[in-house]
Amino acid sequence: MSVVNQGYKGAVLEVHNLSSSYNRKPVLWDIDFRLEAAQLVGIVGPNGSGKTTLLRNIMGLMEADSGYVRLFGKNLNEVREKVSYVPQRESVDWQFPVSVREVVEMGRYRPKNLMKRLGAQDHDLVDQALEKVGMLEYAQRQIGQLSGGQQQRVFLARALAQNADLYLMDEPFVGVDAATEDAILKVLSDLRDQGKTVVIVHHDLQTAYQYFDSMVLLNTRLVAYGPRDKVFTRDYLQEAYGGRLTVLSKLSQVIASSEFPVREKGFKEKSGLGDAAD
Amino acid sequence: MSIEAFYIILTGALVAASSALLGSFLVLRRMAMLGDAISHAVLPGIVVAFLLSGQRESTALLIGAAASGLLATFLIELLHRKARLQEDASIGISFTWLFAIGVLLISTYTGQVDLDQECVLYGEIAYVPLDQVSLGTIWSGPRPLLVSAILFALTLIYLLISFKGLKLLSFNEDHARSLGIRTQVWHFSFMAMVSLVTVLAFEIVGAILIVALLVVPAATAFLWTRSLIPMIVLAVIFGVLSSFGGYYLAVGINGSIAGAMVTVAGLFMLLSVVLMRVLKRS
Ligand SMILES: Nc1ncnc2c1ncn2[C@@H]1O[C@H](COP(=O)(O)OP(=O)(O)OP(=O)(O)O)[C@@H](O)[C@H]1O
Ligand SMILES: [Mg+2]
Repeated sequence: MSVVNQGYKGAVLEVHNLSSSYNRKPVLWDIDFRLEAAQLVGIVGPNGSGKTTLLRNIMGLMEADSGYVRLFGKNLNEVREKVSYVPQRESVDWQFPVSVREVVEMGRYRPKNLMKRLGAQDHDLVDQALEKVGMLEYAQRQIGQLSGGQQQRVFLARALAQNADLYLMDEPFVGVDAATEDAILKVLSDLRDQGKTVVIVHHDLQTAYQYFDSMVLLNTRLVAYGPRDKVFTRDYLQEAYGGRLTVLSKLSQVIASSEFPVREKGFKEKSGLGDAAD
Repeated sequence: MSIEAFYIILTGALVAASSALLGSFLVLRRMAMLGDAISHAVLPGIVVAFLLSGQRESTALLIGAAASGLLATFLIELLHRKARLQEDASIGISFTWLFAIGVLLISTYTGQVDLDQECVLYGEIAYVPLDQVSLGTIWSGPRPLLVSAILFALTLIYLLISFKGLKLLSFNEDHARSLGIRTQVWHFSFMAMVSLVTVLAFEIVGAILIVALLVVPAATAFLWTRSLIPMIVLAVIFGVLSSFGGYYLAVGINGSIAGAMVTVAGLFMLLSVVLMRVLKRS
């Protein structure tokens, strides 16, 4: 397996002292971290901890109160083509009259080609993206006739069609079954193995440890970030999730199982097989 | 069919078709009531343009209306995005306020403003054939017909140019913005077109019924298909058929043509709902 060098050596994503609020209620407070390339990164935290808000700030979809963001060492506008954002699935109306293929084609839309037809190369990328997520045979289907898991795959395909170097995904595993979750994870691991960086908002602690190389643990403030073993400790998790009893009791399970290396190994083998097949 | 009937039906059909083209996106963006808001908000623009130009038939009215339609759109955005008011509250405040200014202006300048309220509310499509205009030796015919034809052409061209932009914006605005697409440009140009259609309808079907022409054919089409282009085409067809049906219904019962057009559009909707249920059962 060769790691494709993306031509950039520094941090792929830097967030500097970022604070953000809704109606003057702070939602993110002084968030500061940096992420290196070629990793799967999990943004983890309880409901309402500001995970979605963080992604929206990174993508310039809302104004920060203070602080700033650098992507590949630059401003977002200079590197837009290298960044792909996948909003939460609930952010769109799935009754909208478009087909699966049309949605994935939107990943090829650019300010420059908005008044033109897509080219042959665009259509190839769309086909490849559909193929990778296993939705090629559903290409002509109307999106309203898809299951929740299939909708997530379509969103993922739209992001793949963008052919970016950094992917920011908001809860791509919500509402999917175990098989789809594995399939999505396989696609994301392949991206990582190609040297791309995938940042994923995720709320399931049980699987977070298995899936991600690094983690950003959030609860309005930044609790911890770094390699998963550094972040996934009882103290940090307790700090992020507070004294919620049910969560805490789950936590001990998670930590217990994370010290139990078989699960982790199982996953590594799975992704290893995937690479061999390529 | 008499030539008068032909003129009336064709004018109605062109207005209905333009409305259906834009209305499809209004319905998909869940902004049906924004059409209503704009149809009220154009009033002060019309009054001001009328006071300045002293004419009822002029491009000044169109410009004035489009400008106040845009002002309404701008106010709504301002209240919603900057003052962080809920969107429906922003819409409610903006259009009633602008409408109130229009009413105030009309009542202050009653002597000078010869704007028939009946006409504003209900339009006067029946008088289309009376208002003749000639372009040298090239063409002569009813002025509203000419204006509607130009408007339809404009709307069609606008839609062809901005189809991808509107589709992207309507489906997933955050995604569009993340691609670096300036969604505000598409939003405001779209609203300017809605304002333009609305003001044209002001003298043809009236300020209130235009909302129905914007929304009803598009919503009916949405019942039948889940593809965008077929939906838009179908909406146009329903709009045009409403013009035909409305004319003959009005003649049959000797009533208002504009009212009959919207009634027929509503009947198509009802019929579609019933048919869908029957088809689903069988
Ligand atoms: N549009 C909004 N208007 C006002 N407050 C908001 C809005 N969106 C989010 N918030 C508030 O901001 C806080 C953070 O929300 P955010 O959506 O970023 O959380 P999250 O971590 O993504 O949560 P979840 O796991 O539920 O998706 C919450 O307290 C929420 O109530
Ligand atoms: Mg969220």
